[in-house]
Amino acid sequence: MSYFNKVLIANRGEIARRIIGTCRKLGIKTVAVYSDADANAPFVKEADEAYFIGPAQAKKSYLDVESVMDAAKKSKAEAIHPGYGFLSENPDFVKACEDNDIVFIGPDYKTIDVMGRKIEARKYMRQAGVPIVPGWDGKLESADDALSIAEDLGYPLMLKASAGGGGIGMHVVHDEDELKKVFSSAKQRASSAFGDDAVFLERYIANARHIEVQVFGDHSGNAIHLFERECTIQRRNQKVVEESPSSFLNPELRKELCEKAVKGVKEIGYTNAGTMEFVVDDDTGEFYFLEMNTRLQVEHPVTEKVTGLDLVELQLKIAAGEELGIDQSEVRQKGYAIETRLYAEDPKTYFPSPGTISKLNLPKDEGRFDFAVEQGDAVTPFYDPMIGKIIAYGEDRAAGINSMERILDTIEVEGITTNLQLLKNIVKDCDFKIGKYTTSYLEEKQEAGAAFSS
Amino acid sequence: MAGNKQVVSPLPGVFYRKPSPEEEEFVTEGQKVKPGDVIGIVEVMKSFTEIKSEVEGIVSKFTVESEEVIDVGQVIAEIE
Repeated sequence: MSYFNKVLIANRGEIARRIIGTCRKLGIKTVAVYSDADANAPFVKEADEAYFIGPAQAKKSYLDVESVMDAAKKSKAEAIHPGYGFLSENPDFVKACEDNDIVFIGPDYKTIDVMGRKIEARKYMRQAGVPIVPGWDGKLESADDALSIAEDLGYPLMLKASAGGGGIGMHVVHDEDELKKVFSSAKQRASSAFGDDAVFLERYIANARHIEVQVFGDHSGNAIHLFERECTIQRRNQKVVEESPSSFLNPELRKELCEKAVKGVKEIGYTNAGTMEFVVDDDTGEFYFLEMNTRLQVEHPVTEKVTGLDLVELQLKIAAGEELGIDQSEVRQKGYAIETRLYAEDPKTYFPSPGTISKLNLPKDEGRFDFAVEQGDAVTPFYDPMIGKIIAYGEDRAAGINSMERILDTIEVEGITTNLQLLKNIVKDCDFKIGKYTTSYLEEKQEAGAAFSS
Repeated sequence: MAGNKQVVSPLPGVFYRKPSPEEEEFVTEGQKVKPGDVIGIVEVMKSFTEIKSEVEGIVSKFTVESEEVIDVGQVIAEIE
């Protein structure tokens, strides 16, 4: 059954190709939109139709609601898949889709708006009985306000922008002086970066692991989880390695975490795919809701590998008004999957490396490769440095990691600088193999020896 | 123009003359700069790199607009 005749993909790169793949499988026609910089990109060639939407700067093309809507109307697409990033969590875009009778493949704009404001999201989740990071959700108007509240909460604390997310707009403060120093600039930066100067304080968990739960809800009130992903290995708050299942959770903790996530989803009447992100205290095993991403996640392939489900297909199904049709008891987490992100950047300095990929050799008999580019393609300086995702699977964690090692050892990429060697070093590292890591893993490894990154 | 020093971009990307849309420009034409003064930033793959003046002098003109796409080695400004 095909849920729509034609779907427009308001995105680019690997995720546009990924969505085109499922649409094609389901017999749905696809429409790509592209900027000047992407005229020759693989996703443009692979779509059934393609519309030019503006110059290379994302603000004038992929982030321009009007240009994307024009393409949708011209192409007569019935639905828009936003992918991740760009307009995927922009309530105004979702509203524009509604106003033009085009189905937005995601939750409704009110939910996106509420979950996009962290202070609001925390309130909703607390009401639903989901544990949130201890902190203060009231208004912090002045540095004096913040200082007196911080005194009660106790340091160290995290000062966060309510409208921030994905690691942007956060400051760790260890004492009064630090809080005094960053408070007004944090407020100002939140205002200019997100158009909302609200900031809040929450406890800083020093030894943290990042574990998230994939959830789905339909328009009939059904909600399920597709288990967890652990994304603890990060560089500057950007994920580098993702796994499912997490090596940290025992069956009881996993059950509790996933059930709490579903409870939160039901409470807010969530529809379509979402991810409930949690910070888990490595010392105590306590978990707290961090934020909800109201879209498909970059690392969704690891969930697809262990559950055998096509997450984009489920998104299309729900957007078309169908029921989920899957009972929680039918969702299984089988084996182990791992994803590593290949970035076009220097692994030591994180300095980006645009250029032309003169050679790209990927193994043919092992692994899944969700790549934005092919050999001979250019990596332009305009968008995210992630050029591809490498996904491996095994019957257990050791087997999955072994498979990833073999795959990474076979990959050849030339013409640009990448973090390939860093990825190899992580999956071959003893601490990683025994599951001993927190979100500071990469920093600690680099401090211990610069060779880890090269 | 003898005596003029060109400021070139070491990277491709998008050039900005302001630290953020609401803020003032780093420098304006006719303004005096010292070595190390920031005259703009270049965004490359979501990373921001400051472009600094290497000389002392007066910024006579900018040769690219703010938010314009630039290439490696492209002249951004001229300093007298």
